[in-house]
Amino acid sequence: MNVQTSAPSKLTVSWNWDRVRNRIITPTFSHLVMLSVLVLLLFPMFYAFLIATQTPSQYYEFPPRFIPGSSFLENVRIAWERINLGRLVFNTSVVAISVAIGKIVLSVTAAFAFVYFDFKGKAVFFVTILITHMLPLPVRIVPTFELIDQLEWINTFRGLTIPFFASATGVLLFRQLYRTIPPSLADAARIDGAGPLQFLWSVVIPLSKTNMAALFLIEFIYMWNQYLWPLIIANAERTRVVQIGLKQLVDTDAAVDWHIVMAGALIATLPPLLLLIIMQRSLIEGMSLYEEK
Amino acid sequence: MQTRFPEKTLPYLLLAPSIIIVLIFFVVPSVQSLYLSFYRVSALGNKKIFIGLENFTRLLTDPSYLNSIITSFEFAIFVVFVGLAASMAVAVVANQRLRGFGVYRTLLIWPYALSPAIAGLIWAQMMDPSIGLASHLLEILFGIRFNYQTNGQQALLFISVAAAWKMLGYNIIFFLAGLQSLPTELLEAAAIDGAGAWRRFWKITFPLLSPTTFFLFIMNTLYAFFQVFGLVHITTEGGPGRATDLMVYKLYRDGFEGLNTGYASAQSIVLLIMVAALTILQFRYAGSRVHYQ
Repeated sequence: MNVQTSAPSKLTVSWNWDRVRNRIITPTFSHLVMLSVLVLLLFPMFYAFLIATQTPSQYYEFPPRFIPGSSFLENVRIAWERINLGRLVFNTSVVAISVAIGKIVLSVTAAFAFVYFDFKGKAVFFVTILITHMLPLPVRIVPTFELIDQLEWINTFRGLTIPFFASATGVLLFRQLYRTIPPSLADAARIDGAGPLQFLWSVVIPLSKTNMAALFLIEFIYMWNQYLWPLIIANAERTRVVQIGLKQLVDTDAAVDWHIVMAGALIATLPPLLLLIIMQRSLIEGMSLYEEK
Repeated sequence: MQTRFPEKTLPYLLLAPSIIIVLIFFVVPSVQSLYLSFYRVSALGNKKIFIGLENFTRLLTDPSYLNSIITSFEFAIFVVFVGLAASMAVAVVANQRLRGFGVYRTLLIWPYALSPAIAGLIWAQMMDPSIGLASHLLEILFGIRFNYQTNGQQALLFISVAAAWKMLGYNIIFFLAGLQSLPTELLEAAAIDGAGAWRRFWKITFPLLSPTTFFLFIMNTLYAFFQVFGLVHITTEGGPGRATDLMVYKLYRDGFEGLNTGYASAQSIVLLIMVAALTILQFRYAGSRVHYQ
């Protein structure tokens, strides 16, 4: 009896609470939360951009003026000259583009082999490729460095790129996709007398375009932002990447020229950021694929 | 089941590039790391003495290594738990069928394009003890003198905030996507049965969201332990004192500045054990609890 009498009152209490909650958490409230989160989240980037446009006397002012200053091009020019930014951006682009393409080619062919053929040792090969997930650079850094040294690949683009060509993420991504291609397509190709490579080129690759774009974007950003590997094997003028160049910009005996550093950081961020903005859709699709896996 | 092509050697040719790169740059160097961890190697690399487990016993008694383990875990706990809790809270509050959700998502993903090093520079500029906006505000509003260049605890907090900040948008996007795929019937039924919002969150939303949470937990943990070298190298260089000497940074110092390759390799093996533990956790957990659909 007791239970029965107390239950309804409990119910009313929580219904009231719900009504309160529903009155507070309206779409307007959610929009307000999202807007303030956005402002908080993007403020550091926005403020860094402001500093990049200001002269020291402008950013020393307090309270700060949240408007762009007058010195943007001048700051970029100084940063450009101090660390040879053009060269750095060129080097980093070469590295990021070749690794992204290399990873796509190698993972498309590997995934095609796994899905469309039966062969001995398939499981072992598959595990071998997956194992790269368990072996991040710090786990094998000393011997890998020594190997690059023996190959005489120190300060070369080969050393910066080739060790990154294998991609477990890519193989999983394309393998997942190829399993969903209707078998009738491959049957039709065989009846028409098309070989597997022809089928790969004219049917499978065109179907892979969205995933290729997603993988390109993810791997381009990943390589553009590499730091440890380029620092230990390619820290010469000819092969230096932009992240390491920025370190030179902050390494001064005097106080750091933040307006110059932020101008350099802005240039160093533009290529991946612009690519991200342009290719947004494929990233979202790629991410959801990644999560489903 | 896909149609199989009958070729016998072609699949090996398609796989060869990936497998060769994985073997040469991943598997063999990892085994060599293990091998080197049992040796003391002279700085020039020309003499090797087998010393058994001495590198490992030295690690466990070396106060500076124990310090870097503790520092790394404090850092990772902040990045993973504070980062995930904050992004989950935002996602839950904002989880409405919001108009213009696509716009939020577009802007939230921006920091994903930044490298950890540049995230570090942006926060270093805002936290600069003499001219930084954030350190200025901390002093005016709370009377806190924030100086990451001299105060160890504040330095650790500073790199933790910078690292967690970079991941926030990414986490929020995944949480929102996860929340929007939850079955609404369960939540409605629970509301009718009189469960309050707080209770519904812990009893229904939180467990149902666990696949997303677990995925993000793994991604953020790997990030906190393996991808933040640049952030430390470009800002604090492990200091002041050894307050931000994360495990990967210490490994770099011992292996590439101190040229103590045997000792550094032993540290690589410690990291390998940690990744292996995470991987096992991933397989176990993925197999048992996280799949609800």
